[in-house]
Amino acid sequence: MAKVFIYPATSLVLSDLVERWGHEPLGAALAIRERIQTASLDSPPLQMTPEEPKKGLKWAAVEVPAGVRGRMALYGPMIEEADAAIIINDADLAFGCMGCSRTNELVMYLLRKRTDIPLLDIKYPSSEEEGIAFVASIKEFLAALGGGEDA
Amino acid sequence: MTNKMAPPPLYSGTVTKYVFIDSPNVNPQTLAIRAYEISKGIMIKETCFGLQVTGKPDEVKELIRELRKVDPAHIFVKDRGFPPGDPRRCRANLGGARPGYYGHEFESRILRYISRGLEETASRTVTVNKFEKTKMDEGKLPLEKLLEIIENEED
Repeated sequence: MAKVFIYPATSLVLSDLVERWGHEPLGAALAIRERIQTASLDSPPLQMTPEEPKKGLKWAAVEVPAGVRGRMALYGPMIEEADAAIIINDADLAFGCMGCSRTNELVMYLLRKRTDIPLLDIKYPSSEEEGIAFVASIKEFLAALGGGEDA
Repeated sequence: MTNKMAPPPLYSGTVTKYVFIDSPNVNPQTLAIRAYEISKGIMIKETCFGLQVTGKPDEVKELIRELRKVDPAHIFVKDRGFPPGDPRRCRANLGGARPGYYGHEFESRILRYISRGLEETASRTVTVNKFEKTKMDEGKLPLEKLLEIIENEED
């Protein structure tokens, strides 16, 4: 079972397909869950503390807005942990202002910089033919990772 | 900002998953009934799009495996960070619309294409044409156009 980082990190489709074919999707929910279930932290609603932007310094410079560094404290460890990654390039839902948008750009940059892991670049389907190609390319990519078991 | 009055974490050690159903044959109520039949104590919340299930990781995995059998190509599962009704997130406590469903709404529109893809890839081997660079660059500003804009600005 490989750990596959998904972008957009909240994607239902990617999360489902990766899990369906027996791998572990690394998305935003896992990092959020880890924080909200940690009793020692006490900073609702997301349990983000002033420590998070400091952790984010590992991936983003100090001049970068704290919002980006805080988000990188969630995504950075998962990017390092990933065995593979899938990026949907035209994800309209992953829009945002300074924090979200710059974090998204940084996440994609860091994934592409990791030349040691396989990466799949795709786009959302807009027809049935593209839907078949979309699913088939993900299935083939995940099969090549090996070790998957059907969910 | 810290808040010392925040409630303790709910359902520690559990996982929560969304189960979306987008099927012409099965509706969310039918799926919920099937989930109750096999849940063995897992917390189930019925929603308009399907279910949210919360429980121990192994139990939830087993439940999801069984639920997928109802309509494999039309059921989609995703992790959720918060358990249902968490006072830090639930709009019953916070008021107003809950942010975070825009992504699901967007992807719900393409689920029919994904379902078609799942049916096709399950029944036969599909040859994949890689997404070419021209396809990937669709909608982006061409480099030549960008240079032209910069040069015009300088005039």
